[in-house]
Amino acid sequence: MQNKRWISLFVENEVGVLARISGLFSGKSYNLNSLTAGTTEDATISRMTISLTSDDQTFEQIKKQLNRSIEVIKVIDFSETDIHMKELMFVKICNCTGEDMMEINCIIDALNLELIDSNTHTALLECVQTENKNNDLIDLLVKNFGGRVEIIRGGSVAIEVIK
Amino acid sequence: MKISGADLFVKALMEEKVDILFAYPGGQAIELFNALYGVESIKVILSRHEQGLVHAADGYARSTGRVGVCLVTSGPGATNLVTGIATANYDSVPLVCFTGQVPTYLIGNDAFQEVDIVGIVRSISKYAITVRNREDLGTIIKKAFYVAKSGKPGVVVVDLPKDIQQKLGSDLYPEQVEIRGYKPNTAVHSEQIRKALDCLNASRKPIFLLGGGVNISRANKEMTLLAEKTGIPVITTIMGKGSIPTNHPLYVGNLGIHGSYAANNAINECDVLFSIGVRFNDRITGKISEFAKHATIIHIDIDPASISRNIVVDIPIVADARNAIGALLDKSISLDIEDWKEQISSWKQLHPHDRSQNSVSGVTPQAIIHEINALFDNVIITTDVGQNQLWTTQFLEITETKQMLTSGGLGTMGYGFPAAMGAKLGNPKTDVISICGDGGMQMNIQEMATAIVHELPIIICILNNGYLGNVRQWQEMFFSKRYSSTCMKRRESCPVICNTPSEDCPAYTPDFIRLAESYGAKGIRVQRVEDIKPALLEAKAAIKNPTVIEFIIEREENVWPIVPPGNSLADMIVGGENRNAEQKVD
Repeated sequence: MQNKRWISLFVENEVGVLARISGLFSGKSYNLNSLTAGTTEDATISRMTISLTSDDQTFEQIKKQLNRSIEVIKVIDFSETDIHMKELMFVKICNCTGEDMMEINCIIDALNLELIDSNTHTALLECVQTENKNNDLIDLLVKNFGGRVEIIRGGSVAIEVIK
Repeated sequence: MKISGADLFVKALMEEKVDILFAYPGGQAIELFNALYGVESIKVILSRHEQGLVHAADGYARSTGRVGVCLVTSGPGATNLVTGIATANYDSVPLVCFTGQVPTYLIGNDAFQEVDIVGIVRSISKYAITVRNREDLGTIIKKAFYVAKSGKPGVVVVDLPKDIQQKLGSDLYPEQVEIRGYKPNTAVHSEQIRKALDCLNASRKPIFLLGGGVNISRANKEMTLLAEKTGIPVITTIMGKGSIPTNHPLYVGNLGIHGSYAANNAINECDVLFSIGVRFNDRITGKISEFAKHATIIHIDIDPASISRNIVVDIPIVADARNAIGALLDKSISLDIEDWKEQISSWKQLHPHDRSQNSVSGVTPQAIIHEINALFDNVIITTDVGQNQLWTTQFLEITETKQMLTSGGLGTMGYGFPAAMGAKLGNPKTDVISICGDGGMQMNIQEMATAIVHELPIIICILNNGYLGNVRQWQEMFFSKRYSSTCMKRRESCPVICNTPSEDCPAYTPDFIRLAESYGAKGIRVQRVEDIKPALLEAKAAIKNPTVIEFIIEREENVWPIVPPGNSLADMIVGGENRNAEQKVD
């Protein structure tokens, strides 16, 4: 069955490692939804959060293939683990009327978003939420402000909960 | 002491005991070649094309079990390695390939002869890296050799920018390296071994399926003992051929789309499939849902990613084949499988491989290979790709003193002849034969010069049918005999549509005999069956020079049996002379 999965990956922080990992997905036709990468407290190690959709057998194979890469230090399967996960998303809404602005403010208050920049007819929202909540927000904004919404998403980062 | 990067490169090769370097110079590798000049312990083999040298390094590595080492320049030198890198990596051959590169400060500028070779080989190598700091050079080379030969062996590419080669730095070459993300597992999990044994002991129709992993781990002796101890019949993939001697009573044959009738039937009927060092690729499984569907599948492999990828495995064992076989040898196994063995014997008798071609007399592939079997005791045989490979993997006898090298995974035409050069360089006292077709031989024919200048008495057997025979056979069987672009005799004067080879066809070009002679090699053309043996004996007696023997074989000769694409292994077309046998049975 096709399911959404999460992997946290520790890799050597060296030139080309991102290409190696993303190339593995494209080369073997694995379905990659999002990939974020950044250095850790140890500058020689990068940590990636990968979200993908696959069936069980393919997912096992993906983990094995990742483990097989020389640059990969550790593969953690987050699919069955309790995790904290957030995605950064910016939303710019243009050509707003005064009424639009009021509505936007309501949405900001209701969803705990942040207005980080604006002028009289443009609003820029910072949304740090789960991927699903960001999806819902996009649906809402497109419905209400269709054609005037510009979106940039960062992909998710995730970490295990403290037990 | 401070030394240049190029000098450290040479020092590293010496520390790694590299005796032969397969190489071709160029502008961005000139410093490295300069450092190699006059170094006596490293013999540099200058090929005539980079593809030739990488296949030669591959043949050297497969035949000796040591790491093959290549050195080429940047840009086209590097890209010419690509097919050879993929070939070797696919068959788990340990190679370290050094490529020159433009200086670090020019990388990304579209400099002359600049390519991102690390980017190009990313998906066809085990590891690839550009050295960006002179101080990392020693560690990276050490790491390259370690990664190439450990675990599931493979190809490592080390890209060396010119300024790194020139820059002075430490002369230290580390004795070992630690790679935190790379810990190949070779030890055997005893609980899994116990499960496998329980499964075996309860079986009535068990079979061993052995792949290239058994040969790579050099577990042939142990495997023969295990087969004898258990009495379980042995089937191999073409990469696993020779895992136990092919003349052993327990050896059944190859399986797969050109596998033997007995082997393919045994796979269908077995109740336990004990597989070692295989990856169940599509050439051996046929229709995957039908493959060994009655069997419990045990799979030993050093690569966890090979387990349960194509075939779902019941008992996985991640381990080096030799260690695992050793662990099994220590255990007691008692089986009562005489009926099963008799069944397999009767399949073998019904459709022996020996009659699996169209022609029954004359210069047949089978007659040639049988003669090779009879005349050579201590020999390495390389195949090219296509019908020549399939016939060789069917008919060739392999014992403890005979080895076969073939491009099983990638199926690279042009592999066989340069690989034979590498094998000869690594095994100067062993006879080396390259069995190839007229198509594949022309893909790296320029290496004739290399074989001559390095005095390599290789025997090159060209099976010339004037066709790209394997594709032609498919066109005959599955494409209504539309021989599209497979005739090697075809010229402008030929009709647009032609599928009827005859005496009137244009002459073959090149004339392989004159071509061999122009290089300074011996050329012999064989057109009569009685000339096969004298030609091989004459070639065997050569001390310095290669011999080209061109065997003119039946133009539309086929490889039988064949499992048509998409079919189960049970639905094979037996073909050849066996077609008559089939009718008699019915």
